Amino acid sequence: MAAAIAMIFFVAPEDADQGLSQKIFYFHVPIALTAYACFGLGAWKALRVLWTRGERYDLESYTAIHQGTIFGALTLITGAIWAKASWGVWWTWSSNQLVLFLVLFLFYCAYFMLRFSVEPGSRRERISAVYALFGVALIPVSFFAIRLANDFIHPTVFTREGPQMTGTMFTAFCVAWGAILLLAYLMYRVELAGKRADQYLRDLREALTA
Amino acid sequence: MSAAEKYVAAAYGVVFVFVLVWVALIAAKLARLEREAADLAELARTRQPRGDA
Repeated sequence: MAAAIAMIFFVAPEDADQGLSQKIFYFHVPIALTAYACFGLGAWKALRVLWTRGERYDLESYTAIHQGTIFGALTLITGAIWAKASWGVWWTWSSNQLVLFLVLFLFYCAYFMLRFSVEPGSRRERISAVYALFGVALIPVSFFAIRLANDFIHPTVFTREGPQMTGTMFTAFCVAWGAILLLAYLMYRVELAGKRADQYLRDLREALTA
Repeated sequence: MSAAEKYVAAAYGVVFVFVLVWVALIAAKLARLEREAADLAELARTRQPRGDA
């Protein structure tokens, strides 16, 4: 993370068009891509729940989606700050990319409402898994929205011709993305270990007090 | 400090604060788990049948 910050502020050149505010890009886009990755992992684990009926995958799917929601919230906040710096507004409803990401985020927020409205057990595992799998369909829609709808407000940096930035900028972006992915993975492992320990302690208490 | 500098600092600051809050929440959870484990260990000790004196 320190290497990423050093590269962003001391190695990558300042953008000719946006100036210093373009530095937000190096955290905003990797955070958004990491949110997609977390939701994708959650859907993969949800598929394993339905495929194998494995209880452990339910907890893994839930944890991944929780991480995705955290990174999704960060995407919206950092995006709003960047929008204010670049466009002069915190939010615009005329950008499909923004609206679709908000829809994706709210969809996964509703996942928690659904999950905690059902009694724990195999029924909840199945319902949560099906919902998580439906949500993953929104990821490509959100990702390709600006390309499909010719969104002129939200910039398209990665095109078919490759990344529209200098080599140093792209290197800084890759290092930042690697750092954010690593952070997300560590957070996922720590949170999962905590949830598993909680589950084991509950089982142990039940066994001891039975 | 220019407006652009303020926005960049705010964006990076938000990420830092989020991670910090997450670490604080996990630390609190870890402390709760530690207390629960200690309670259960105590419960297991009291339930253990005593050997011959």
